[in-house]
Amino acid sequence: MPNYSWPPMTTRKAIGQRLTRHDGIEKASGRAKYNSDLNKQDLLYGVLLTSPYAHARIRSIDTSAAERVPGVTAVTVIVKAGEEVNWQSQEIAAVAATSEQAARDGVRAIKIDFEVLPHVVREEDLSKVGNRATPAGEQVTGDPEKAFKEAEVSAEGQYGIPVLTHCCLEPHGQIVQWTPSGVNYWPSTQNVSGIGPDLAKNLEIPATQVKVHQDHIGGGFGSKFASDRWGLEAARLSKASGGRPVKLFLDRATELNIAGNRPSAFAKIKMAAKRDGTITGWESTSWATGGMSGGGMPPLPYVFTNIPNKRLNHSAVKTNGGPLRAWRAPNHPQASFLTCAAVEDLAAKLGMDPIEVFLKNLQWAPEARRESYAHQFKKAAEMAEWSKRWHRRGDSGSGNIKRGLGVGICTWGGAGHLSNCRATIHPDGSVQIELGSQDLGTGTRTIIAQVAAETYGLPVEAVKVSLGDNAFPASNASGGSTTVGGVCSSTRIATVNALEKLFEQVATGLNTTPDKLEAVGGKIQVKGDAAKSLTWAAACKKLGTQSITEMGQNDPKNPKGLNTQGVAGVQIADVSVDVETGVVKMNRMVAVQDCGLVVNPRLAESQVLGACIMSICGALMEERIMDARTGRVLNPDMEFYKLAGAADIGEILVHMDIREENDKRGIIGLGEPPTVGGIAAIANAVANAIGVRVPMVPLTPDRVLMALEEKRSA
Amino acid sequence: MQAFEYANPTTVKDAIALLSDDAAVLAGGTDLISMMKEYLATPKRLVNIKSIKELGGIAKAGGGLRIGATATFDELATSTLVRTEYPSLQQAALGVTSPQIRNMGTVGGDLLQRPRCWYFRNGFGILGKDKDGTSLAPIGENRYHAIFPKGDAYYVNPSSLAPALIALGAKAKIAGPNGNREVGIDELYVIPGTNSGRELSLQPNEILTEIVVPAARGTKNATYEVRHKEALDWPLATASVALQMKGTSIAKASIVLGHVGPTPVMAAAAANALTGKTLSADLATEAGRLAVEGANPMSGNTYKLQLVRTAVKRAIMQAGGIKA
Repeated sequence: MPNYSWPPMTTRKAIGQRLTRHDGIEKASGRAKYNSDLNKQDLLYGVLLTSPYAHARIRSIDTSAAERVPGVTAVTVIVKAGEEVNWQSQEIAAVAATSEQAARDGVRAIKIDFEVLPHVVREEDLSKVGNRATPAGEQVTGDPEKAFKEAEVSAEGQYGIPVLTHCCLEPHGQIVQWTPSGVNYWPSTQNVSGIGPDLAKNLEIPATQVKVHQDHIGGGFGSKFASDRWGLEAARLSKASGGRPVKLFLDRATELNIAGNRPSAFAKIKMAAKRDGTITGWESTSWATGGMSGGGMPPLPYVFTNIPNKRLNHSAVKTNGGPLRAWRAPNHPQASFLTCAAVEDLAAKLGMDPIEVFLKNLQWAPEARRESYAHQFKKAAEMAEWSKRWHRRGDSGSGNIKRGLGVGICTWGGAGHLSNCRATIHPDGSVQIELGSQDLGTGTRTIIAQVAAETYGLPVEAVKVSLGDNAFPASNASGGSTTVGGVCSSTRIATVNALEKLFEQVATGLNTTPDKLEAVGGKIQVKGDAAKSLTWAAACKKLGTQSITEMGQNDPKNPKGLNTQGVAGVQIADVSVDVETGVVKMNRMVAVQDCGLVVNPRLAESQVLGACIMSICGALMEERIMDARTGRVLNPDMEFYKLAGAADIGEILVHMDIREENDKRGIIGLGEPPTVGGIAAIANAVANAIGVRVPMVPLTPDRVLMALEEKRSA
Repeated sequence: MQAFEYANPTTVKDAIALLSDDAAVLAGGTDLISMMKEYLATPKRLVNIKSIKELGGIAKAGGGLRIGATATFDELATSTLVRTEYPSLQQAALGVTSPQIRNMGTVGGDLLQRPRCWYFRNGFGILGKDKDGTSLAPIGENRYHAIFPKGDAYYVNPSSLAPALIALGAKAKIAGPNGNREVGIDELYVIPGTNSGRELSLQPNEILTEIVVPAARGTKNATYEVRHKEALDWPLATASVALQMKGTSIAKASIVLGHVGPTPVMAAAAANALTGKTLSADLATEAGRLAVEGANPMSGNTYKLQLVRTAVKRAIMQAGGIKA
C-alpha cells in the first residue's frame, strides 16, 4: 500500500505555507458570483407568505385574488385550512411572479382568516413557562450531597444566554428550475453533495435528477444543510410555472426569524470546593429553548467533565419561536459561558487568580487535553499581559473606566468527514482535483491545492481545484469542523494514488522501479539522486493520450493517521467598562488554539479572528428579543439585532498552537472551537472589571448598570 | 413596496404643487425607502427634492448659519463653520457613525424621520397599541423607549440633530401652498392623537426648506451621545447643551435631551441651576441630577436615568472644556 502519511514538518513545501485565499481577489472585487447574484433567462421571483402570529389556526385561506395579480404565475399553499402555525414567520404559502414586486403583491392579496391561539415565547423565567418545560431527568454522579456538606467553600450563581439568530450575509434560498429531464438547483448551501438527494426526497423524484451547482456561499455557520421549505416550494412553483427558473431568497426579517435560531441556555449552578480552589462538587439546574422542539442541552460541566460529585437537571422549554438550527459549535458557547462564569465566580469568592483555579481543576478535564490547556493558559496569559494587568475582582481603581481581564476555554471534536476526491493528471502536465464539497469562505479551495501541490512537488498555483457541483465525487456537508480533515485526507490519498500511476509510467525510462521515485521541486526523480530525473512536464508527456484519474477516500472509521479529533483552546478578554454608562469596550482578545496539523496558518488564524468577532457580538450585542404579549420577534433586522462594527472589535491576537506533538496527531477541524470560549472570557472580564457578575449576556448597558446598582444597594 | 410615481421638480414651488396626502418627499431616502419596503409608508408619488438647488448647502447668514434641508450629515460634519462655532452640531452629525448614512442622510430627513419604536415598525401604529387599544411598550419590551412619555406616546424622537438645534435656538423654515412659515425646531413635533396619526406638525403639502441657527457669539456648546456601539447605532440617550457666557459665569443655559421622550426634552430645571454659576465638574453633576426630574421610566428603561445624568454632565463638561 502506498505511504499516504503527511511528510514530516521539516520537509513540507506547500503544506504550512501562509498563503492567501485563492479566491480572495475574486471575492473582494465582487467578481465572485454567489447563487443569490445569479439571473437566469425567464427568471421568476418567489416570495413566501409567512405567519404574523406566534400561534394560530388557519380557518380559511383564499389565494384566488393572488392568482389574478398581473405577473403572478403560480401560488402554492403550505399550511392548509384547519392546520396550525406555531411561530411567527412560519411559511404558509408561496407565490411566483415575473418580478419580485408582483410576487409581493400576490402574497399581500392572499386572504387568511386566522384564529389566534395562546403562545409562550419567553423562557428566561422557568417558573412562568407552564407546561412547556420537559425535564430530561436527573443525572447524579458520586455523592453530591456529601460533597456540599463537606465543602470548605461553596459558590452559586445564575447565568443566562439568549437565543441568537443566524445572520448570514447571503440569506437562505436558491434558484431552482424544474425541467423535463430533472431539476437544476442553485442553492446557498453547506452541503453540495447532500442537498440534491434531500430536495429529491421532498419532491419525490429520483435523486439522480437533481443537478446542484454552487461556486460560493455567503455564510452558513451551520444553518444551511437542507433544502428547506423554501427550496421545495420554489421547485413546485417552477413546475407550476411551466419550468421557468424561480429565485426565492428570504428577506432579512424572515431570515432572522426562521432560518436558524441558536438555543438559549440558563442555569443555576452551585459548586463545592476546597480552599485551594479544587472543585469537589457540582449542581446545576439548566433550561433552554430552541423553539417548538425544545432546546439543546449544554454539556455541563464544560471541559471539567470528571468532577467527581455531580447533580444535573435540565429542562427543554418549548416556545413559539423559529426552529432551532446548528450554530457554529452547537451548545458549546453556552456551556463554556455557564461553566467558566461559575468557575470565575468561585475564584473571586476565594480571592484567587481564576487561571490558578482553572489549572487546579484540569485534573477533571479529559486526560488527553490537560497538557494542551496548561500550555495554552500559560501562552495566553503571556500574550494578554495577565501578570501585569490582572487584578482581584473589582479592584480596578476609582475612575469611571474600569479595566478587567477574563478567561474562557473550549474543546471540540473536528475529525474529518467522509470525503471522496478525484485527482487527474493530464499528459500536458496540468493537474485537477475535484470534490463535491464547498468552500464556506474558510479557504477550502486553497488548502486542497496546498495538499495536492505537496504530493506532486508542484507549485500551489499549478493545481486546479474544482468544488461546488454534485457531479463531482461526494463529500459530506461542511458542519462540525469536519471539512478540513475530510477533504485534505481524501485529496492526499487520491493524489498519492495518481502519483503512483505516474511513477509506473516513467520508472523504466529512468532505469528504476516506481517505489524508488519521488516528486520534488517540479521533477520526478530517483530518491536521493537528482541527476536521474524528468521534469514534471516531461514525465506527464509519457502518458501519451491517456490521463491518469485516481480516487481517494477519507473513511472516518480509518483515517490512516491523516486526521483525528479533539482540541483545546484558551481565550482571554481585556475590556474597559464605563461604569457611568454601562458601555463595555473591547481592548483585546487573545486566542490560543490548537488544531493538530495546520495546513495554512494564515487561513487558520483568519478562522480564529472571525470566531473572536462572533464572540464579541454574542457577548456584547446579539439577542433575539421576543414580545411576550404579541409573540413577535421585535428585532428581526440589523438595526436592533445588533452586531459589532469594525470600531467595536478592538485588537485580536491569535496564536495557533503549532507544535510537533500537536502536528503529529494529523489534521483537526477548526471552524467551531475558537467560537466557544470568547463569550465566557468577555463576561468574566466584565465581572473582573466592575466587581460584580452581570448574570445575563449580552452585556448591554442596561444589564451592566443594573448589576452595578444591585451591588451598590447590597 | 407599492408602485409609485416619481417626480423630480427643480423648484420649491413645483415640488409643493406635486405634494398631497398620497405623496411623500424624498431626500436621502435612508428611512423612507425602508418604510416603503415594509409597507409602513405607501405613497403613490415620491417627490424628489434633491434636484432643488436652493435646498442645499451650508452658509453664513445674518451672523448665524443657514443649513439647507438637503445638506447631508457629511457636509455638516466637515464644515469648518460648524466645527468652530457649533461643535455640538458637528458632534451630533458624527454620532451617525456610518459613512454611507452620513453621505446620503440629510438634515431635513434627520429631523423628519419616523420613530424607530419596534412596535411602530412592526405594524402596531405610531402609539404602538394592540387591537384592543392596549399600549404595548409599558407592558412589553421598552429598553429603548421613553422615560419622559407624553400621554400614550412611549416612542422616542429619533433625530440626532434636533437636541443640538433646539439648544442653539434654531428655527425651521417651511414652505407650503400658502407661503412660508417659520417655527422653532421643537415645534416640528407633536403628540399624535390617534394610533394612525403623525408625530410631525409639518402638513403633507409642506416642505422643510432650511434651518436657521442664530449667531453663536461665543456660546459654548456640545453634544454627548451614549451609544451601545461605536458602529452605527441609535443613541440610548443624548444631551445637547448651549451655554451663553458672561465672563466666567453662565448667563443662560439650554439643555436638551434626545432619545428619552417622544419629542426632544427641555431639561429646564437643570438649565436654570446653571444660570449665574461658574462652570465646574460638581455643577455639571448637579445639572445631570436635575435633568431626570419628572422622568417616568418603565420596567426596562430605568437605566436611561443614569445615562441622562451622565450625558448631561459630560456635555456640560465638554462644552466648558473641563477634564473629567
